[in-house]
Amino acid sequence: MAKVEIVVNGRKEAREVEDRTLLVNFIRDTLGLTGTHVGCDTSQCGCCTVHMNGRAVKSCTVLAVQANGADVMTIEGLARDGELHPVQRAFTECHGLQCGFCTPGMIMATVGFLKDNPNPTEDEICKGLEGNLCRCTGYINIVKAVKRGAELLQK
Amino acid sequence: MYSFNYVKPGSLKEVNDFLASNPEARPLAGGMTLIPTLKARLAQPSHLVDISALEELKGIEVRNGALVIGAGTTHAEVARSTHVRDAIPALAELAFHIGDPAVRNCGTIGGSVANNDPAADYPAGVLALGATVVTNRREIAADDFFQGMFTTALEPGELVVRISFPKPRRAAYEKFAHPASGYAMTGVFVAQTNGGIRVAVTGAGPGVFRWSEAEAALAKAFNVAAVASLTMPAADLNEDIHGSREYRANLVRVLTKRAVARLAGR
Repeated sequence: MAKVEIVVNGRKEAREVEDRTLLVNFIRDTLGLTGTHVGCDTSQCGCCTVHMNGRAVKSCTVLAVQANGADVMTIEGLARDGELHPVQRAFTECHGLQCGFCTPGMIMATVGFLKDNPNPTEDEICKGLEGNLCRCTGYINIVKAVKRGAELLQK
Repeated sequence: MYSFNYVKPGSLKEVNDFLASNPEARPLAGGMTLIPTLKARLAQPSHLVDISALEELKGIEVRNGALVIGAGTTHAEVARSTHVRDAIPALAELAFHIGDPAVRNCGTIGGSVANNDPAADYPAGVLALGATVVTNRREIAADDFFQGMFTTALEPGELVVRISFPKPRRAAYEKFAHPASGYAMTGVFVAQTNGGIRVAVTGAGPGVFRWSEAEAALAKAFNVAAVASLTMPAADLNEDIHGSREYRANLVRVLTKRAVARLAGR
């Protein structure tokens, strides 16, 4: 067992975990933050995307102990004072989802991507989201939502 | 995952000592290959030794005409680095096309090179550029480092610390990525180095290799026509559900042509 202190969505969480506990299990099972999803569990689908120290990572492929001392943000941490994050609003406005299972990961990946590329082309969006899969294949509105998110962030 | 013990030593020296006294321990950098391997129960290390925060493995600099990249540098950091973009833009481009953004935020150059996946991108760049792999014990030339599928010159307890790339005159990397995994079905890195033309091929064979026939042809005439008439023998190449060995042999030639076209014009 290992003691970890991880700041999750601005709150310091000090817990004891098994060394082999994955960050996604820590987030979902230990902290009860179930917005982060497990899709493929093989680092392909991106449903489990969270930010670690400001960078998008696949939390099914990171150990909780690796995040010790880190700052982690999940989908639950995006909204501020009851206001959805601009990228969350964009996904709502553009209906950037079908079943919604991949959406938390899509949004976290988008927020990370737009930090590096605040004004992306459609091709750049597709490349930027290539680690996130939508099994409903609802990509058209997802790409629209990313574009809209970029606009909202610049306002 | 089988259980293991996680340790995070504070210095390279402590890591060396730990690995020396724990033969079943494995270093953990970005974990992009190691953690999936553990999840599939394909490995059962006694310890994971987290080397991701070691200062000794960090940093990108230009030193005596060579680009030196710390083993712990992530693909995203290499892709973004102005040092890399200025010195060897083809290497920044290679890094930018590895996996996906989240993978690039974690995976490291040292991990990729040490793992030597036959479809990984970095081995092609390291070999074509005639780089030197600096470990915690010695310096190893790229030509001696890669020894076939998942096999390198690294000995137990030996750790890649940094990689030194002599600046080429020009270089280009062309890859035909598997559409799902992003791994190279075939990737060809062509470099005009001070020591001559080097062509390294990844993804097509059981390990990265140099295509000496193309190197000789390009040394005589550096243009697309010099490669167009060559044939890559298919016999020793990989064959799987994604493509036959003949398909990969053709990709080697086509991608070499594309890389040369980018460097030489038509």
